[in-house]
Amino acid sequence: MDLDRLFRALSDPTRRRMLDELAERDGQTLFELHVRLISWHGASLSRQALSKHLQVLEEAGLLRTEWRWRSKHHFLERSPLRRMWDVWMRPLAEAPEKETSDADQDRRDEPAGR
Amino acid sequence: MPIKIVVTSLLVDDQEKALRFYRDILGFELKHDIPMGHHRWLTLTSSGDSEGVELLLEPDEHPAAKPWKTALVADGIPATSFGVEDVQAEHKRLAGLGVAFTQPPVNLGPVTTAVFDDTCGNLIQIAQRH
Repeated sequence: MDLDRLFRALSDPTRRRMLDELAERDGQTLFELHVRLISWHGASLSRQALSKHLQVLEEAGLLRTEWRWRSKHHFLERSPLRRMWDVWMRPLAEAPEKETSDADQDRRDEPAGR
Repeated sequence: MPIKIVVTSLLVDDQEKALRFYRDILGFELKHDIPMGHHRWLTLTSSGDSEGVELLLEPDEHPAAKPWKTALVADGIPATSFGVEDVQAEHKRLAGLGVAFTQPPVNLGPVTTAVFDDTCGNLIQIAQRH
């Protein structure tokens, strides 16, 4: 998992809204996503710009595409979000347990200033 | 007299197939069917509105037509939009007749829309104004 790529993909409000819209209805075409962003979020982006945002999200693994007949549909991929949470965010967000873990012990053994 | 919209056209891959879809499935009425060389001047009107705007089903023979249509369909973009009183009811009726939708009815504030495949290389939107 490329954390930097995921955070870069999520650093843009339009891309976060796109994920919200896919969470609302999965499997949208570019056309439907575009109309939803304009209707509900007052977005003024072009379809070309939307297409680039979709590419960034796809490269980060946050969505996948599937051809149905001759139209391309976009589906939300939740697993990278869960992994981001498990690998980096949860350890940071949750209070440490009372008992000292091995990792903490190792840290304490290290000479200061290393 | 102001300029009037009399005919609007759709590019179809097969006029006979298109006539069956637009007349028999969507419910439009045949207005003109005039032989023109290999093809036909084929127009339909909305049901019960024979003097209204005509939809021309035009062959998509131009070499640029197919790549253009294919690219629109890939992105889910409709070639045109028709008005309906009740999108949910039309969606149910058309899906029951085997019509494939790329977008089920979606409420977009002032309108609710849905998008389906016309079997002739186009996506068509139906829209209900609120």
